[in-house]
Amino acid sequence: MISGAEIVIRCLQEEKVDYVFGYPGGSVLHIYDALFKQEDVKHILVRHEQAAVHAADAYSRSSQKVGVALVTSGPGVTNTVTGIATAYMDSIPMVVLCGQVPTQYIGQDAFQECDTVGITRPCVKHNFLVKDVKDLALTIKKAFHIASTGRPGPVVVDIPKDITAQVCEFDYPKSVQMRSYNPVVKGHLGQIKKAVQILQEAKRPIIYTGGGVILSDAAEKLTTLARKLNFPVTNTLMGLGGYPATDKQFVGMLGMHGTFEANNAMHFADVILAIGARFDDRVIGNPEHFGEEKRRVIHIDIDPSSISKRVKVDVPIVGNVNDVLDEILKLMDGGFTADPEVADWWKQIDEWRGRNSLAYRQSEHIMPQYVVEKLYEVTGGDAFITSDVGQHQMFAAQYYKFDKPRRWINSGGLGTMGVGLPYGMGVLLANPGSQVACVTGEGSIQMCIQELSTCKQYELPIKIINLNNGMLGMVRQWQEMFYSKRYSQSYVTSLPDFVKLAESYGHVGMRIERPEDVEPALRKAFTEYKDRLVFMDFIIDPGANVFPMVAAGKGLTEMILAEDI
Amino acid sequence: MRHIISILIENEAGALSRVAGLFSARGYNIESLTVAPTEDPSLSRMTILTWGSDEVLEQITKQLNKLVDVVKVVDLSEAAHVERELMLIKVRATGKDREEMKRMADIFRGRIIDVTESTYVIELTGASSKLDSFIAALDAGLILETVRTGVCGIGRGDRILKV
Repeated sequence: MISGAEIVIRCLQEEKVDYVFGYPGGSVLHIYDALFKQEDVKHILVRHEQAAVHAADAYSRSSQKVGVALVTSGPGVTNTVTGIATAYMDSIPMVVLCGQVPTQYIGQDAFQECDTVGITRPCVKHNFLVKDVKDLALTIKKAFHIASTGRPGPVVVDIPKDITAQVCEFDYPKSVQMRSYNPVVKGHLGQIKKAVQILQEAKRPIIYTGGGVILSDAAEKLTTLARKLNFPVTNTLMGLGGYPATDKQFVGMLGMHGTFEANNAMHFADVILAIGARFDDRVIGNPEHFGEEKRRVIHIDIDPSSISKRVKVDVPIVGNVNDVLDEILKLMDGGFTADPEVADWWKQIDEWRGRNSLAYRQSEHIMPQYVVEKLYEVTGGDAFITSDVGQHQMFAAQYYKFDKPRRWINSGGLGTMGVGLPYGMGVLLANPGSQVACVTGEGSIQMCIQELSTCKQYELPIKIINLNNGMLGMVRQWQEMFYSKRYSQSYVTSLPDFVKLAESYGHVGMRIERPEDVEPALRKAFTEYKDRLVFMDFIIDPGANVFPMVAAGKGLTEMILAEDI
Repeated sequence: MRHIISILIENEAGALSRVAGLFSARGYNIESLTVAPTEDPSLSRMTILTWGSDEVLEQITKQLNKLVDVVKVVDLSEAAHVERELMLIKVRATGKDREEMKRMADIFRGRIIDVTESTYVIELTGASSKLDSFIAALDAGLILETVRTGVCGIGRGDRILKV
């Protein structure tokens, strides 16, 4: 017989969890005590619970494992909500273990009590309140099972303190069966045959892929398929790295800040092969405008509710992307001839490419795009890049060419500022020794800046690329373009001296103000200071904007290009 | 279009709020909702009356199926089914109205299940439209209180919703 707290830790050991990100407090003291008495599960003490969840999230994004966070009741839980919602929107498998006040106090407005299950319900894949210590192991097993299967997502397990003190036999189930939860994995063969037939008839095809390709580890299969088809490929923000960005078939990211060629190819395609992507508003722009073109859509997704949600789909295929691509490849081996007119389509795409829509103006100041380009060169295109949310995120997505999956770590769905630094922590712990850069801005970085302390404690040598324009850049860009330059609250005054700030935490700080210093500074950071966290404060051109841009409510082809301004 | 959605759901604490939360979060309508355990006490059967286009209904059923506690979902109104709703209505029953109320209850095949000197409680079962008609047939000034269960329904013949 062991205590509930020991059961929690044993479960984590059984799940081969090597890191838990957390913050202790009253309701989880028994669990922290059990944690103390063993060495298999290592704990990373963050400085704010939000960061614990972000780090666990990135740990998962950059590996194939389930991220785990552990927090106390009440404020510990409410602080995790942003992180849970972030993971939920991007379908990241994660288990969040929360302390709760003792069972008999629940509902009495006890100290540090909150309705955890109620507060998190709309932003979790599922959640549990454990009411009996005998249910604890099975509940945690279910949590890992639900988080990591089907369309992945965060699962919260709320554990009252008295449960962690009670004892019972420990028996960790090998597998778990739930009559109410049986996600479909294999695609319907008839539908897959239909899809292959349509691909053969396509004259202006496009392969449009999203985060689902990354999550199901199908990047390799996608590449094989795309090469066999010789069709153009575009990725969503979440899908970057799912197909090698340096490949000639890649037409770039699509959507609000997608390339001219990607957006046009998507809009004018006669056949769209959508794989693990969900036609969201940042991708297709105005749905009425998008619906004006006649086309056939094949949609592969593990979540039936993603299909025909925003765009009518002709051939829905519900299943795991990896398995479905397998089936498609098998069918194609039986003979596949693409339509010869695809060659004309490529000519059209090359013409669109000729617009060179990612060209940007030169300046005496540092251009943010240039910093990302140099970062790409210096890291050999092989770094893990985390980002926050705003202009810098788009610059990183547009100019860092991701050839591998799980290298681009950002909050695509929820768009959470502040994730970049804790994301870097999670990535480094999952991939020790890797190059990790956090491309951020002076607005976002301050939302979780306290984690510089965590990075010192665990010696996490993240390279922070702070694209500092003294402005909430994306807000400023919209205000410049759509609000007659009324810059309401989009400037950031009273900024700290980031160099001194970094140094005060025991890190290396650099301030880079001239374009010619960008590359040497980056080289220095990644060589001389390889093992140190380096806060690189790049003072950039404050007028730099992200282009191309599809304004809100506009059609995908109604792009504003840099030269239009 | 009016739809009746039947759900088999794990009889767990919070299961109802997952369904209700889904409807409010995604902006779907709930006209009525009834829920009670089935012959298997580990399962609850929920019936939701909702309105929406075919696309919205497709999303509603898909989203419901996604809830981990939901075992099965069916749109009853897609095929032959029967539906019933129970209403208890308290009416003033004095003077000449007392006899009239009794007559009306008989016409609609309602039953008077509580009697005082001045009031009746009438129990009426049927399709929602029948209950509506009954209310419309009464003098509004005489209605003291109404309570309706909301629609519940079941498929005809071999259409069975079971685990």
